[in-house]
Amino acid sequence: MSIIKLDNIVKKFYIGEPNELEILHGISLEVEEGEFVSIVGPSGSGKSTLMNMIGVLDRPTSGEYILDGINVGEADDSELSEIRNQKIGFVFQTYNLIPKTNALKNIELPMLYAGIERSKRIKRARELLDLVEMGDRDKHLPEELSGGQKQRVAIARAMANDPAIILADEPTGALDSKTGRLVMDLFHKLNKEKNKTIVLITHSIELASETDRIISIRDGNIIDVTDNTKNRDENIKKNSQFNTNNTEGGNE
Amino acid sequence: MLLLENITLAINSLLSNKMRALLTMLGIIIGIGSVIAIITVGDSLTLSVSENMQAMGANDVYVMIKEKNDKEEDMTSIDGIKFGNISGAKEITEDDYLTDEMIKEMCERFEDKIYAINIQHSIGTGKVDINNNVSNVNIYGVTPGYFITNELTFLGGHMFSLNDFNDGKNTTIVSDRLVNNLFDGNIQKALGKEIEVNNNNQIVKLTIVGVYEYQENYMMGMMVSGNNVTTDLYIPLKTSSSFEHGEIKHPYMQIITKVGTNSDDLSSRLQDFFKPYYKTNRNADVTAFTMGSMVSMLTEMLSTITLAISIVAGIALIVGGIGVMNIMLVSVTERTREIGTRKALGAKNSSIRTQFIVEAMIICLIGGIIGVILGIVGGIIASNLLGYPAKPSIPGIIISLVFSMSIGVFFGYYPANKAAKMNPIDALRYE
Repeated sequence: MSIIKLDNIVKKFYIGEPNELEILHGISLEVEEGEFVSIVGPSGSGKSTLMNMIGVLDRPTSGEYILDGINVGEADDSELSEIRNQKIGFVFQTYNLIPKTNALKNIELPMLYAGIERSKRIKRARELLDLVEMGDRDKHLPEELSGGQKQRVAIARAMANDPAIILADEPTGALDSKTGRLVMDLFHKLNKEKNKTIVLITHSIELASETDRIISIRDGNIIDVTDNTKNRDENIKKNSQFNTNNTEGGNE
Repeated sequence: MLLLENITLAINSLLSNKMRALLTMLGIIIGIGSVIAIITVGDSLTLSVSENMQAMGANDVYVMIKEKNDKEEDMTSIDGIKFGNISGAKEITEDDYLTDEMIKEMCERFEDKIYAINIQHSIGTGKVDINNNVSNVNIYGVTPGYFITNELTFLGGHMFSLNDFNDGKNTTIVSDRLVNNLFDGNIQKALGKEIEVNNNNQIVKLTIVGVYEYQENYMMGMMVSGNNVTTDLYIPLKTSSSFEHGEIKHPYMQIITKVGTNSDDLSSRLQDFFKPYYKTNRNADVTAFTMGSMVSMLTEMLSTITLAISIVAGIALIVGGIGVMNIMLVSVTERTREIGTRKALGAKNSSIRTQFIVEAMIICLIGGIIGVILGIVGGIIASNLLGYPAKPSIPGIIISLVFSMSIGVFFGYYPANKAAKMNPIDALRYE
């Protein structure tokens, strides 16, 4: 079953003005449940805009988007918030943890907006912290965590409401290769053990090679889709060794 | 989102920027503090003033000689420069006072309304000397009304009789202290005795008809006591002429009304009654008023002052509110990414709006609470300095706190709405 179904998505900016700009020229894409796909492309290719579409942060100018059976195009602002809250787990390049708010409370946040009661929130948040191996840092503020630790908390937060997809935008972009490796391993773990659908947006071919399917974007069009299922595990292995060898003793 | 979470969030946000929060609150603190202090002082002032005046007899009418208001007409203008009193208008003198004749006519005219009149005519100090025992006295000529307004406790004898008043008999009522001094405290021995009262070497013989209990009182913080204290010696008003020659006139009198009399109405009628007497008088006029009208006038004046200062304080509050709005706008801009993140995590616009409104409300509420505390302390100190019992106004405090929270809502709404309406993509991308 397709969890993401984009059909001929067009996105224009400055509609009706002389500088009208079409960023996405009719993108059609389907992602299956439990699939780990990557969207690659250089800057300016429209991949960020596509991510915003998939993440329901923005509405397409035309075309249809069905996420986990919900037609996103028909939703109002408030419903879009609910869809983001329930169906999507965001992981950002810059972590985007809420400052001055400890790890546990950060993870609680999506559940808070979902209206889940306090005791359940805390229980779930602790489970997720354990899942990302950060159980002992629950009371730490983001300022007190390293980049890799922050990103792991952010991943735990993305998992809070058990979303249909995890949308990761350059999740290792701000990390050194060793910690980036740990973060990637965490995604693989979530994908394999929890059967999470993951959409990874990156400009790194190396990271993309660890996913089931590589979708290449250029100038607002999908120019190539590569089935990478067979090579995936091998690439993970290769990349892991490479990183371990090269960044031994490096700081997290 | 839950209110409690929002409050925690707001407090955390304030704590992370203590100095800024304090400075922002300052406007609210000063505004609320001054409102509370003013209300506290105003209330205690109003309360004690009206209590004092009520105690003096709210239904009594007071008639008083005052300077004529329209004296300005007498001013002569020379080259646009005004010289007061140039036409010879003088200060009020004894000649302008109320005469016995006027009072008598008034009593006849308003017989059905006037119960008694209290006039206290001070003759001055005097000496009573018996066998080299001396007692000092203040001599007062009084009317029957005096004994109604001032309740004396008679230890022996009785009040002046009607004849004493009407005929100006040489009778007197003295204090027990005087009796202690001159008659070894034997009241029965003193009654009916004739004493010689020396006032400015003028000796008048008076017969003691009554002895009252001297009330020790505190004056200037010192207790006035001892047997040698100067006490009041009363004689009927008419008897005053034994000491003073010529007509005795009165600057002031208190009229005790009969039960059921509308004293406000009487006071205006009395004013009209006296008008013809003073029509040609250049200096003096008669005014009549009741304590009730004085009380309401004073209370009105005080509340007008309180209101006026409160308006100024209210302006301070609005300025404080603008400060809050300013800092909330800064806060919203600073936290643009946080807002974007919250939106990505599923916060609805309303949740974001509530979060920031609650934050503005908390700033104002904490400022308000600090202001209330400082205001009460300031009010109590000011009241004590003025010598009135302080009475913090509970409704004033509640209204102030509600008002400060409303300021938070009012001035927090715009920044909060700005935050709520942010486009999540732009907010997330904000550097």
